[in-house]
Amino acid sequence: MSPTPNMHGSADLRDRWSAGVTPYAEMGYYDADYEPKDTDILAAFRITPQPGIDAIEAAAAVAGESSTATWTVVWTDRLTDYQHYQAKAYRVEPVPGVEGQYIARIAYDLDLFEEGSIANLTSSIIGNVFGFKALRALRLEDMRIPPHYVKTFQGPPHGIVMEREMLDKFGRPLLGATVKPKLGLSARNYGRVVYEALRGGLDFTKDDENINSQPFMRWRDRFVYAMEAVHKASAASGELKGHYMNVTAASMEEMYERAELAKELGSLIVMMDLTVGYTAMTSMSKWARANSMILHLHRAGHGTYTRQKNHGVSFRVISKWCRLLGVDHIHAGTVVGKLEGDPSMVKGYYDTLRQNFVKEDPETGIYFDQDWASMPGVMPVASGGIHAGQMHQLLHYLGEDVVLQFGGGTIGHPMGIAAGATANRVAVEAMIQARNEGREFFEEGPDILAKAAKGCPELDAALEVWKDITFNFESTDTPDRLVTPTVG
Amino acid sequence: MRLTQGTFSYLPDLTDEQIEAQLRYALHNGWSLSVEYTDDPHPRNVYWELWGEPLFDLSPDDVETAMREVRACREGFPSHYVKVIAYDSSYTRQTTALSFLVNRPAEEPGFRLDRTDAHDRVMRYGLHSYATAQPSGRRYNPEQP
Repeated sequence: MSPTPNMHGSADLRDRWSAGVTPYAEMGYYDADYEPKDTDILAAFRITPQPGIDAIEAAAAVAGESSTATWTVVWTDRLTDYQHYQAKAYRVEPVPGVEGQYIARIAYDLDLFEEGSIANLTSSIIGNVFGFKALRALRLEDMRIPPHYVKTFQGPPHGIVMEREMLDKFGRPLLGATVKPKLGLSARNYGRVVYEALRGGLDFTKDDENINSQPFMRWRDRFVYAMEAVHKASAASGELKGHYMNVTAASMEEMYERAELAKELGSLIVMMDLTVGYTAMTSMSKWARANSMILHLHRAGHGTYTRQKNHGVSFRVISKWCRLLGVDHIHAGTVVGKLEGDPSMVKGYYDTLRQNFVKEDPETGIYFDQDWASMPGVMPVASGGIHAGQMHQLLHYLGEDVVLQFGGGTIGHPMGIAAGATANRVAVEAMIQARNEGREFFEEGPDILAKAAKGCPELDAALEVWKDITFNFESTDTPDRLVTPTVG
Repeated sequence: MRLTQGTFSYLPDLTDEQIEAQLRYALHNGWSLSVEYTDDPHPRNVYWELWGEPLFDLSPDDVETAMREVRACREGFPSHYVKVIAYDSSYTRQTTALSFLVNRPAEEPGFRLDRTDAHDRVMRYGLHSYATAQPSGRRYNPEQP
């Protein structure tokens, strides 16, 4: 099936308003001649029309249903300057090498959206269209948020630069660990893991996403014990350290209550889960800015809609929304660990989170230039199945402004939790030192680690126990390798 | 205890050759360098004393100039903590890029954790450096009264 670009455009004005059902493309939701304005919000959708449905009509339908349209013509449109409010599909291109998939670029006028509201933005852009019957599948691949809209958002409470200055930690990835087992530990035992991991050399420990306030450990007890551990480890090292206190709860009131206690106990960081929703996250972001608290976000649940290549919302879009609404940390993939993450896709997420200007790049899944207008960057967090023996790969793929989280890779160490932490810290410092000295650290990584391990039995043991651990599975979300040609 | 502030504190103390390599890396990146010292290693003591003005506009060939300052500061304050800061003034960074210790006292007594009961098991914590019991300038050096 090929798109038929002649279906759009020149319908007689009287026909446009006759009662009944008119193709979306004919109602003005497709305009091949439209040149997006600098102030427009742009979206790239991967559309898979039902058999027999024209791609341009499908794209126009997406534009219509995500802006002003309903399924039939309504005369009340004529009470508005309706063309101003109509989203316009302006480019529809087949995906190279994939039958039946198209990338549709759609422009939305800035007026369609409430300032500073991701809830409102998403209610439009992904509100209704994903269940649309005329499409077999639909994926929001990327968005261009113009500076005019970026500037209506708070952004990260602190951002990468301020976080580093707060912590007095520069020039290397930060290190963390999620306390394991994630469920079942009493508060007192939980604090023990925090203390050992931090005194051993990590910068952060972390509640897991599903640690909230369960019968085996209520939130208040966890906070009290974990902060005792954090302060003790600070005294043992002379460094600032933190435990991400998960304040995720059933209501906003409870989240604030938990965050307030974390603050009172002297914590410098709290966390929340993506599952709380965009409005709750925005509220916590404002609280974190007002209370000098670093805000960590666990992307719990994202895999349900980010992973499949033909349907859902790409994680690079989630990254954009979260940078706008404002978090300081977000889990964004490891490349080498146990969770999904094609290297070039993960690079696209990291660039989106960290850089001030991100250029369009099909290799990394970036469909539009994105100017962040000086909004501070978000520190990506790499977590899930990584260990000290991969330090050269982690530094190569993820760079320096990242939190590397070794949960099992710390707590599972044969010599104990503190030893596991020390192994990770020595590995990262040795790798940074070698890189700065001009070594080809990606190729020489194993040698660099082996040499560092000679002076560090903890690292030596870590390299030995995890030497054969890799998670080499094919990614499901990968770039479309070929350059997409224009249709029509 | 061993103070583990700075980028390389979990490695053996850097040799002069290793320090030079890091300085060269910083200069290659166009970063300025400064040397700072203190005898108050509290982690929230942000403002260490400046050993002169930061060194702007050095080229990678001027590594010896920077190294001279490192040595001079260490000689002037052999029992203090001394660190090198590499600063990146580029747009969107404008912050420290690398910060590492190049000198530490022979003995590091560490920190006491002070606890004050507040209410409902809430504890107020404070870090107290044992060394700061002495006035500045008389810490870490047993030869001085």
